[in-house]
Amino acid sequence: MTAVEHHEAAHGDAAHEEHSDLYYGKIALFLAAVTGAEVALTYLHIGPLFLPVLFVLMIVKFVTVVLFFMHLRFDSKLFSFLFWSGLLLALAVYVAALSTLKFFAS
Amino acid sequence: MAEITVPVAHGGHDGHDDAAHGDAHGDHYTSTGLSNNKLAMWLFLGSECLLFGGLISTYMLYRGRVSAGPRPDQVYSIPFTSVSSFVLLMSSLTMVLAVSAAKAGDNRRTRLWLTTTAMLGATFVGGQIFEFTTFYRKGLGFTTSLFGSSFYTLTGFHGAHVTIGVILLLSLVAITLRGRISGDKAEVVEMIGLYWHFVDIVWIVIFTLVYLIPT
Repeated sequence: MTAVEHHEAAHGDAAHEEHSDLYYGKIALFLAAVTGAEVALTYLHIGPLFLPVLFVLMIVKFVTVVLFFMHLRFDSKLFSFLFWSGLLLALAVYVAALSTLKFFAS
Repeated sequence: MAEITVPVAHGGHDGHDDAAHGDAHGDHYTSTGLSNNKLAMWLFLGSECLLFGGLISTYMLYRGRVSAGPRPDQVYSIPFTSVSSFVLLMSSLTMVLAVSAAKAGDNRRTRLWLTTTAMLGATFVGGQIFEFTTFYRKGLGFTTSLFGSSFYTLTGFHGAHVTIGVILLLSLVAITLRGRISGDKAEVVEMIGLYWHFVDIVWIVIFTLVYLIPT
């Protein structure tokens, strides 16, 4: 691999454009709106849809911060791999703990 | 024979410029072409996912175990915690603005946004201390029930992370006042920014799973 190829691989395919303060402001506004929607949901009593919608909103907020504020969308894929694999392992820990208590409960 | 090392890119956005300037800015060489500091930070954050994954799992499993003391719905105040969440969310905005200013080499704006982020973080921690005090007065101690233990452990660990973040931010402000952060060294601001955003995303999960979902 040449130096140039290696350099491109390190940066990924995305262009490294500078974002304006307004760009980040709009993202923050979006996050605030989603948080407002989450809180409003707890008072609306929408029945069985409550949990799925709440989870979707939580995941949207989580991914938005990771991709745009932490710049993971524009950064090296190796960073993405390190972070998402950690998160995946954390989810596996939860599933394992839940299963253990479910199947081996006295 | 192909080369295996390239100038390390600091911070992502200005990476190409750094590579172009090479040693003129004090770049060092790594076998991956990535900043070792940044790689270590992402690895650290990946491991932190496991820590909080374990704590959140424990809380989710034990939140219904209330042998004594108040139940979750008897102590939680959603309006109060919503304001705290909003404060922490906005601190992520001010942090990303600090990183942006640092990359642009604007020390004055970097200091302004770092200080604002630290203040918002301190407000969040203050809110958490107030919340803990209120819960304790309502009869929820650390050893009252499994719910109490898992709740205080989870939110306490998160609060400790926010407190460490505030200390790091204030230290950065002090360092920038001495003019020691400029140019390529802006990566330091980005490192602390990553840590701060991580603390925010952990709270996004805690806010939903702990406070908004009824037992």
